[in-house]
Amino acid sequence: MKAAEDSIVTTAVDEFLAWGKEHSLFYLLFATACCGIELMQTGGPRYDVDRLGMIPRATPRQSDLMIVAGTITHKMASRVRTLWEQMTEPRWVVSMGSCANSGGPFSKWSYSVLNGVDKYIPVDVYIPGCPPRPEALIDGVMALRERVRRYRTLGIRDRDPYVVAGHEAPFGSHPGKEREATR
Amino acid sequence: MSSDLLIENQHGERMRLSMGPQHPATHGVLRLLIDSDGEVVSRAVPDQGYLHRAIEKIGECVEWAQFVPYTDRIDYVCAMNANLAYCVAVEALLNSDPATAVRVPRRAECLRVIVAELNRISSHLIAVGAMAMDLGAYTPFLHGLAQREAVNDIFEKLCGQRLTYNYVTIGGVAFDLYPGAEQEIASFLDRFEEEFRRFNQLITNNRIFRERCAGVAPVSAEEAIAWGLVGPNLRASGVDWDIRRDEPYGIYGELGVRVPVGRGYAGARGRVGDCYDRYVVRLLEIEESVRLIREALRLLPPKADKPSDPLGGHQADVGKQLRKPPRGEVRVRTEAPRGEMGYVIVSDGGKQPYRVRCRTGSFSAVGIFEHLMRGIFLADIVTIIGSFDIVVPEIDR
Repeated sequence: MKAAEDSIVTTAVDEFLAWGKEHSLFYLLFATACCGIELMQTGGPRYDVDRLGMIPRATPRQSDLMIVAGTITHKMASRVRTLWEQMTEPRWVVSMGSCANSGGPFSKWSYSVLNGVDKYIPVDVYIPGCPPRPEALIDGVMALRERVRRYRTLGIRDRDPYVVAGHEAPFGSHPGKEREATR
Repeated sequence: MSSDLLIENQHGERMRLSMGPQHPATHGVLRLLIDSDGEVVSRAVPDQGYLHRAIEKIGECVEWAQFVPYTDRIDYVCAMNANLAYCVAVEALLNSDPATAVRVPRRAECLRVIVAELNRISSHLIAVGAMAMDLGAYTPFLHGLAQREAVNDIFEKLCGQRLTYNYVTIGGVAFDLYPGAEQEIASFLDRFEEEFRRFNQLITNNRIFRERCAGVAPVSAEEAIAWGLVGPNLRASGVDWDIRRDEPYGIYGELGVRVPVGRGYAGARGRVGDCYDRYVVRLLEIEESVRLIREALRLLPPKADKPSDPLGGHQADVGKQLRKPPRGEVRVRTEAPRGEMGYVIVSDGGKQPYRVRCRTGSFSAVGIFEHLMRGIFLADIVTIIGSFDIVVPEIDR
């Protein structure tokens, strides 16, 4: 963006749209387990993600971002997929906590827990922790905002590798195929 | 029950609604299948299992002490109490044989009361705040969260975690108090009492809130006992029963726990055991917890050099006992914020439990839902769910 004069700004359409998307990431109020309490406290008075333009929405149809906070069981998995499909594009997914990343403490012995939500929906940012601190969640959201800023509505869309919050360089490309289909 | 609302063959259109598993007012992933005729609910059936994580099965796969972190995840809103329930049960098992008896140091017992009651405060704050939020008042929830953050700060300094503490261990607690902790807890309690008064002004005596809750879904004492309600939900119906007083564990017997019961606090339109009573009983329990923490801080013996000191230590030596615990079965129940949290533990004398069975308060509470949600307005469903303070992993485990 360049400012030519007072109150006149020249920019590309794509950049402008991405700028708007980046600063208004409405997230789905969707909490399954323990991480949901930390998600609530991140929205609470101390961490206050409202200041980042993040407002909780009760319905997936109004949300841009799904924060998968907590364990996903096999019974819940198809519902998570339905919720994700109900979100309008472009949509992003943050996997919050070990359970959503990989099954966490339940992955080894539990017969009912899905070992990672990325088997059902494509994930953009993984946040480690059991549960992650609110600071870690905000860090993950900042990593996601980088991606949102690079998102192109009209121009050529390049496929981004996924990100692990707290790591500088993303490693490897995304394992799922859905990413190409949706962008 | 206001069954006068329920008129058969009304001219409306019968609907079947699915509320949940993703719904902001179901406190997690509870699903309710609702049959309604316009605004009037004729039947609502809870559907659980969306968060069944097989925690009891995992109990058979890990060693005795390794199960403690999983108890955090059974009830994450009050993880300290969940830790405590399991550890008290395992200690009861070890004490069933004099050869493996374990004596928890007195300082550790005091610390357990302090952390359990602090966690009760923060859990009830979430409960009453979330109930108010479900009824459309967002601000009290934020006030509750602000106070919960203060409790979390204390716990974080104590054990390094904000939510899942793994602090109470078999035979004591994991860490002693950090320097200056007593003063910090005491000053938090003073500040909290001031904030608590403000919270009450904001929502408890709010007329809209009171009208929404008064007389909604009253549960009589007989009904409450028949449906197996426990904890604050039972006491709200006027039943004077608290495990901390009536079957004391730890040092609760010395503290003289005062038990608040429901009395129809909402005034003229209120009935004993309605949603408002369940709300007020939780507030009164917060006040009682503040008193108990002060009392436990007063009783706290000075710190000893050796961790296993029977008076001033914080952790008894249990390593040898846990490798070869006695055979047998114990049943222990404790008072968690959501009611009795009971454990049945079966041991075959090995390093791992043979069976761990856990019974929790939310599980009892969800049983009565179908009975209560008949002939009520659709909006009252949210009030009922909020007032019973359910936490879904406690139901599903």
